[in-house]
Amino acid sequence: MTDLTRLTAGELAAKIHGREITSVEATQAHLGRIAEVDGDVNAFLHVDTEGALAAARKVDADLAEGREPASPIAGVPLALKDVLATKGVPTTCGSKTLENWIPPYDATVTRKLREAGVVILGKTNMDEFAMGSSTENSAFGPTRNPWDRDRIPGGSGGGSSASLAAFEAPLAIGTDTGGSIRQPASVTGTVGVKPTYGGVSRYGLVAFSSSLDQAGPCGRTVLDAALLHEVIAGHDPMDSTSIDAPVPPVLLAAQAGYRADLKGLKVGVVTEFTGEGYQPGVQRSFEAAVAQLKDLGAEVVEVSCPSFTYALSAYYLIAPSECSSNLARFDAMRYGLRVSDDGSHSAEEVMSLTREAGFGAEVKRRVMLGTYALSSGYYDAYYGSAQKVRTLITRDFTAAFEQVDVLVSPTTPTTAFKIGERADDPLAMYLADLCTIPSNLAGNAAMSVPSGLSDEDGLPVGLQIMAPALADDRLYRVGAAYEVARGPLLDRIPDLKGVSA
Amino acid sequence: MTTVADLMDYAEVLERFDPVLGLEVHVELSTNTKMFCGCANLFGGEPNTHVCPTCLGLPGSLPVVNGKAVESAIRIGLALNCEIAEWCRFARKNYFYPDMPKNFQTSQYDEPIAFDGYLDVVLDDGEVVRVDIERAHMEEDTGKSLHVGGATGRIHGAEHSLLDYNRAGVPLIEIVTKPVVGMGERAPEVARAYVAALRDLLRAMDVSDVRMDQGSLRCDANVSLMPKGASEFGTRTETKNVNSLRSVERAVRYEMSRQAALLTAGGTVKQETRHFQEADGSTAAGRTKETAEDYRYFPEPDLVPIAPTREWVEQLRATLPELPWERRKRIQQEWNLTDEELRDLVNTGAADLVAATVDAGAEPGEARSWWVQYLTQQANTREVELSDLPITPAQVARVIELVKSGELTNKLAREVVQGVLAGEGEPDEVVEKRGLKVVSDDSALITAVDEALAAQPDIADKIRGGKVQAAGAIVGAVMKATKGAADAKRVRELILERVGA
Repeated sequence: MTDLTRLTAGELAAKIHGREITSVEATQAHLGRIAEVDGDVNAFLHVDTEGALAAARKVDADLAEGREPASPIAGVPLALKDVLATKGVPTTCGSKTLENWIPPYDATVTRKLREAGVVILGKTNMDEFAMGSSTENSAFGPTRNPWDRDRIPGGSGGGSSASLAAFEAPLAIGTDTGGSIRQPASVTGTVGVKPTYGGVSRYGLVAFSSSLDQAGPCGRTVLDAALLHEVIAGHDPMDSTSIDAPVPPVLLAAQAGYRADLKGLKVGVVTEFTGEGYQPGVQRSFEAAVAQLKDLGAEVVEVSCPSFTYALSAYYLIAPSECSSNLARFDAMRYGLRVSDDGSHSAEEVMSLTREAGFGAEVKRRVMLGTYALSSGYYDAYYGSAQKVRTLITRDFTAAFEQVDVLVSPTTPTTAFKIGERADDPLAMYLADLCTIPSNLAGNAAMSVPSGLSDEDGLPVGLQIMAPALADDRLYRVGAAYEVARGPLLDRIPDLKGVSA
Repeated sequence: MTTVADLMDYAEVLERFDPVLGLEVHVELSTNTKMFCGCANLFGGEPNTHVCPTCLGLPGSLPVVNGKAVESAIRIGLALNCEIAEWCRFARKNYFYPDMPKNFQTSQYDEPIAFDGYLDVVLDDGEVVRVDIERAHMEEDTGKSLHVGGATGRIHGAEHSLLDYNRAGVPLIEIVTKPVVGMGERAPEVARAYVAALRDLLRAMDVSDVRMDQGSLRCDANVSLMPKGASEFGTRTETKNVNSLRSVERAVRYEMSRQAALLTAGGTVKQETRHFQEADGSTAAGRTKETAEDYRYFPEPDLVPIAPTREWVEQLRATLPELPWERRKRIQQEWNLTDEELRDLVNTGAADLVAATVDAGAEPGEARSWWVQYLTQQANTREVELSDLPITPAQVARVIELVKSGELTNKLAREVVQGVLAGEGEPDEVVEKRGLKVVSDDSALITAVDEALAAQPDIADKIRGGKVQAAGAIVGAVMKATKGAADAKRVRELILERVGA
């Protein structure tokens, strides 16, 4: 019998909708796989066995009664990043602060998934409040990279990407503030898309940095990501920053990409994202990918985006500033952790002691950075200047997209590093997002698609494709065409079977 | 510690100092829903019943601007002769307090929706003072804390605190004056008159309940002194908890005397928040903060900018009602009032009420008499402002109509008004419930007349003898017997009929 966990979401959906298998069977196969390997991988913080099976039974019952599937991926299991609110199901954001919080409401993404008949298996591990590039900042232990369990799976959405690479789920949702979808996708050999800012509702996405956060689809193939993208995207009146425009035709674009070459497409290689700090194997993989795009008929030119050099610095002022305000609500008054409420402390002291006890070091570091950057007398020098850099980066993108249809770069400068390797060096950790951050600052769409394995360490490398805002479909056309040309990758992943559950 | 002994005689204050005022008025808008969510905007209610993820600041929730509140803000700006911003944003004001769910208040900072206006204020003697308006901006209200235990009802010294978030997120407009200078001894009166004029204006516009006693209109009074002839402002204090018009005047006067005593004795005024004490008319220092509050304002990233089109602004300008002072000018002409008569009407707060009663169909003379005499007495007895009596101009007009049609006598009408004031419902309901209809059934009246005539045969003889004016005594007796429920005119007719005069 076919191992259902090895199928893509598209293949599973076809079998479920064709009544060849049931959604319950597909769900049980993945729950079984989670039980088998997740003790080692630690991709999930919470597995909602009952909720998943109930959702699967509903899909099966609907199909049995002859109803049309609620969506092209109805009945397909999915792993949801633990930063999206799920009614009745714990939502911790990887933080002790929210260890016991059960939201009374669904995020819009969660609601759309449920309405589409997608089976939510559980909630995935992440760096606390999405702050990090390795998932080591989770209060509940790091997630391990299925390619090498001594290495990080990227972050903050390491749990979501690792669950795909470990065949625990065919689909996952991530969120991307500075690269938290794309960098984990890159180091786990999976696909991750950061849609145009405002393309997917942020309602119910626990905010890290409101002007940068964006939820998006993760899958093992570009087509799967497109199927999921169409389910979660679209205007939401509950999110004022949501774009009131039709969802770009990403599925059509992916399908077209699989069938056709890239003749007529103009690709720009960002000249700033190369050189010192880039692992040679990553560089070679990227060059091979660019050569493949040329073979597919694309015209490749070099494009300079000089302001991108300042993106990381601007990001580490804007994101912490917003986070210092967004995370102020975790004060023990209404929900979440409360410590020292023993009658001898004032409300202010309980607030302070709870925040001391509930937040990890990286969260505290960023809250302090942001508090400082917004302080009177420093605002113009820090937050104000960073916003100006942001404008310059947007201009660089605008100028670049006047010349080319998409931009490309490595997704992240290195392959997966060892757990603990950069834990004590925040600046080294921050460099992992060097290439992904500009698209968050400008709000345009970007994807990471695997470009093979680095020849020096045998670990996955990601190709980043960037498209203008609201042109998400271009990512899928290029990504799909490239994926076919590159050939299969995940069949080379080491077998996790037999690891301690 | 300030005591009464530390106050300077008011005349002496004015010899030595010039007062400078700054008034900040917070107005709760009477929109159906809150500023950023769909919760009902109602005063009171069981604690924590008008709440949702957004106004509780739950993780992941997002604000959406209430369009009606923006409309009210623009209308208020226009009525205050302000410029309306072509583009403005919300900003976050960051500080920790348990009754503020997000630990930041969504407000406006350097980009208010309305700015640079004025309000012409008429003082008791008819002098008009122009108070310049710095700005009017939109923000959200906080929840309410109830501090249990401790002597002061404040957080300091309390045993525990209860939090009610029903008010959290209620739309507020904050209206800030420019410094009001050169008022001399009239400064306290100007402060009161300004707040009164603002209240009348907002009431006429139907944008707020403007109930100072319920907190839907709150005034913070900033007061400083500068030595006669100086041009630099002194250090100011901000007095809060000023819950009535009278308190505004008292608070300003008290602060002037307190600061003058302090300065003359060689001391300095501390920039601080003070609380008005209703009982003795003094102000007391709030808890002193060691460091100045830094609110770390920055533009609210969860909301998009507001850019009211000029067409919309002009449409809203056209919806402004007749402003209170314009209406006063009109009624003075229409009712032939002397300046003095009009001022009396205005000073008792009756002018607008009388006008509204006339608008509801009553004769001006009747309307005036009810409000200036009987209802003013009632307000004095209850120690409330005339406009805060729980009776509407429409209800008064109905009572007047009932008298005019003969269904009520003046005495019965006063009882009906008592019923309305006691919350027994509309005038017609009170008439019904209390059985106050005029007795017009002649047979019952004839019995009463005959009994009265029989009891005073000498008077009956006098009437018979042509002394018709003697009938008054019999009318009185009949009215007494029927407890006033008879039409005196009809009683007189019946008496003459029965004696055969």
